[in-house]
Amino acid sequence: MMRIETTDASAGGAPHKLKVATVSLAGCFGCHMSFLDIDERLLPLLELVEFDRSPITDIKHCGPCDIGLIEGGVCNAENVHVLREFRANCKVLVALGACAVNGGLPAQRNHLELADILQEVYRTGHGLAEGSRIPDDPELPLPLNQVHPVHEVVRIDYFLPGCPPSGDAIWAFLTQLIEGKDPNLGPGLLHYD
Amino acid sequence: MATAELEDILERHRRDPLQLLQILIELQAREGWLAPDTLSALAVALGMPRARVESTASFYSFLHTRPAGEYRILFSDNITDRMLGNMALMQALCDKLWLQPGKVSEDGLVSVATTSCTGMCDQGPALLANGRTVTRLTPERIDEMAHLIRRRVPVGDWPPEWFHVEDNIRRRDVLLDHGLAPGQALAVALDRGAMSILGEIERSALRGRGGAGFGSDIKWRSCRDAWGDAHYVICNADEGEPGTFKDRVLLSSYFDLVVDGMCIAGMAIGANKGFIYLRGEYRYLLDRLETRLAQRREQGLLGRNILGRGFTFDIEIHLGAGAYICGEESALIESLEGKPGKPRIRPPFPVTNGYRGQPTTVNNVETLALAALIAVRGGEWFRAIGTPASTGTKLLSVSGDVERPGIYEFPFGVSVAEVLEAAGARDTQAVTSAGAAGHCLAADEFGRRIAFEDVATGGSIMVFDASRDMFEVARNFAHFFAHESCGFCTPCRVGTAVNARLLDKLAADHGSPYDLDEIVKMHRLMQGASHCGLGNTATIAIDDMLAKFRPAFERRLHSPEYEPAFDLDAALSQARRMTGRDDPGAHLGDNRGALAEERAHAHGRATTTGVQGAPASAEPVSAKDLQP
Repeated sequence: MMRIETTDASAGGAPHKLKVATVSLAGCFGCHMSFLDIDERLLPLLELVEFDRSPITDIKHCGPCDIGLIEGGVCNAENVHVLREFRANCKVLVALGACAVNGGLPAQRNHLELADILQEVYRTGHGLAEGSRIPDDPELPLPLNQVHPVHEVVRIDYFLPGCPPSGDAIWAFLTQLIEGKDPNLGPGLLHYD
Repeated sequence: MATAELEDILERHRRDPLQLLQILIELQAREGWLAPDTLSALAVALGMPRARVESTASFYSFLHTRPAGEYRILFSDNITDRMLGNMALMQALCDKLWLQPGKVSEDGLVSVATTSCTGMCDQGPALLANGRTVTRLTPERIDEMAHLIRRRVPVGDWPPEWFHVEDNIRRRDVLLDHGLAPGQALAVALDRGAMSILGEIERSALRGRGGAGFGSDIKWRSCRDAWGDAHYVICNADEGEPGTFKDRVLLSSYFDLVVDGMCIAGMAIGANKGFIYLRGEYRYLLDRLETRLAQRREQGLLGRNILGRGFTFDIEIHLGAGAYICGEESALIESLEGKPGKPRIRPPFPVTNGYRGQPTTVNNVETLALAALIAVRGGEWFRAIGTPASTGTKLLSVSGDVERPGIYEFPFGVSVAEVLEAAGARDTQAVTSAGAAGHCLAADEFGRRIAFEDVATGGSIMVFDASRDMFEVARNFAHFFAHESCGFCTPCRVGTAVNARLLDKLAADHGSPYDLDEIVKMHRLMQGASHCGLGNTATIAIDDMLAKFRPAFERRLHSPEYEPAFDLDAALSQARRMTGRDDPGAHLGDNRGALAEERAHAHGRATTTGVQGAPASAEPVSAKDLQP
């Protein structure tokens, strides 16, 4: 099990701030909102960690980090690139919330053919402008045939379920992880839907 | 469907919404499937929301809410059927009928698919043809079956020997050699009275034969003592555990003893009504059992004023429709009440709040038969057999790599090795001791004893010789549970699916040690977090196999490093086709290369943006951490 080293011998054993990166892939940012629900505990958290890439900092790419929190599943090519970036940089990678863990709501499209979806949304559906076509700009990431949970694309160290996990659960999880423990949420904090 | 026919079915079921499942089964037997209009008409007639009708209709595997063909062929897909070659036979049938497994033929004539174990492991491979059991399949039978289907010969006119089901009793002991006449045990019990019988059951230390081993006297006494408008006895004949078929033999050839046991249970707890919940796979037994119940009523052995002693007790048979979860007693009661078979939150337990919310005792077929035996021979006699903590005998359904598959009745305490010896097992690698939901034993454990205190079992003993790939056994079990999870709780619904996908990932050569670790973690999670016994036990055998037969799994590992579960670039195929794009952004490279590149970028960024001050621990430090 991956654990965080809280002291660094080369720095003389003094505690240092851990680096944390967060991102929402095919999610709704609900898990991030729930993260903010730790409210005033954000201040003591900031005594312990420094945010790298995250909606909080608006840093666009993450550097080497201790903890990466991934919200949302993987629905397109960009999600794959971002997830790989996080895996390459984060010592501990956490699937945060139902969509990252299981694919969640976006994976509801998995029983439909992607080609049929694109056809209906851009070509044959109601209320489309004349000449509407499927976007093909190279700037746009292509959608994957199906939406996948993050563990089907990269190695994941921890899964924190919930839609969303509560602020208390995220707080308990992070503080235990930061203390170098193997996080263990008991009844009341751990829930699945 | 003609209104008159629907009316007829409704009348026979007293227009009782609690009979919904039985009504749906009958409607489907006539129509072949349950059309939307049928469901709507039923909802109106029963005065229930259509959504409730549909939730039941869509829950059970054997009910079809879409056309499934005039001929619906379901191959039993237990691991023992696999070992007997069921997959090749299914493919052969599909080839001859020009169709794909799981799809209905274009002319709507036939569909071919798999179903969970049909309880014919000693005479497989087996299948269900429009619900009727066909045993001992051979390539010749499959050839002829394709021919019969194409010529539209009704299943009832197929060769009768195809439907023959053997008892295959290989060893008899006190139960299978009981020597009692129909009603004899019941007459003795009526002479002795309820309290005396409860005393005998207590002295016998009889424990439930379904597998959990709960004390029968405690169950009966708490049910008797519970307040209610009515009490109920339920005989759990939903024998769904893969590899078990002993209840089928009891129902088939020892039915009177089972009915005596039910009547005795009814007398002991103060019930006048009993139910037999018969698994849909055993539909072929229904008419015979109904006939025998009718005969017993004429003989004064069932119904009003039994044997002239003023005791009234009658039995109704309810059919299941292909849901393993209904073997769990509270799910069974839900199903008996016409609802989807989802386990209830307990407590309250069925002994106080069971069928219709009334005190209900749910017993295994074998337990009830033994109770009848105990009523005659006495508790002391019974307790002298077996071990102190596991009294009496146990019926074992033995199948797999043995010369003589079938039913073995042994006193508790018999060693696994003795059972294997009796069944003619050779070169045995592994034994699953309680079906897909129990432990898997390796050769060094065959000296252990079959008893609740050692190797606990509901009776399913599947034997695997050295030629078998235990990885494929685990994969078969994982898919079984993914199919049979009722979906109520997330740990089980998702956990069983994740396990099946992880094993498929290994089978598809994408596996890494990470995936094996995930299977172990999932075992721990599901044991603790699932709502009922299905989730608690779904990973026990797989976890055992992983621990005891690890090389079978490690052979499947493609790489020491993590690999994605699917081909990422191929996952963009539809989007590329629909957009006509083929630029570099429209492709996804190989994972490991991409991760290495990401790392190089990241270090570049760290240097150029001056984040060198980042603590050393934040730098990826070891090769292990560098793994994708």
